[in-house]
Amino acid sequence: MQTVLSAILIAVGAFFMFVAALGIVRMPDLFLRMSATSKAATLGAASILLATAVYFNDLGIASRALATIVFLLLTTPIAAHILGRAAYLTGTPLWEGTVCDELRGRYDVRTRTLASSPHPLQQTDHQETVQH
Amino acid sequence: MNLTAFAFQWILPLLSVAIVLAFVRLWRGPSLPDRVVALDLLATLGMGVIAVYAIATDQPVFLDVAIILALISFLGTVAFAYYLERKA
Repeated sequence: MQTVLSAILIAVGAFFMFVAALGIVRMPDLFLRMSATSKAATLGAASILLATAVYFNDLGIASRALATIVFLLLTTPIAAHILGRAAYLTGTPLWEGTVCDELRGRYDVRTRTLASSPHPLQQTDHQETVQH
Repeated sequence: MNLTAFAFQWILPLLSVAIVLAFVRLWRGPSLPDRVVALDLLATLGMGVIAVYAIATDQPVFLDVAIILALISFLGTVAFAYYLERKA
């Protein structure tokens, strides 16, 4: 029973990790790539760690695996947000099929502050905003 | 089917292909943030490989390595992002 359950959890986790690796190769844009990796890879790692907790059936190992899962769930969104913010500020180009860029014209690159409405003089493209 | 054989025949090859795909992005990535994202994914995939290997060889000691790898990959990603933002 435990072996079957942990085998299923390992298979699900490996599948999601493979999907994350496929997404980082196939997606057209840095931000789409990050959306593929940060979610799918976290889910895959959490599933595999849960499989270790089920398989070994020991309190110390299960608590270690759960602590690692909680740590992953806390840190992966923070890392993705910091990296996405730095990439947007340094002018990583968006995909040409991007429908909506809500930060366009609202991010002052010098002071790194966010305005609630686009400034009338600063209604520039993302590419132009980055240059000054 | 034995869980060790299942892990060695199906799961670890699948994760190896995933690592190769992440290396493709690390090699080809047009900008530096792409490479940082690929490195972050590589660390997470390494965590998965270590956890599967701990189950396949019945050695729970390897899980400590997975915890340390998660810590170091988070710190590395934050340091890379800070460097990218300061450089701009």
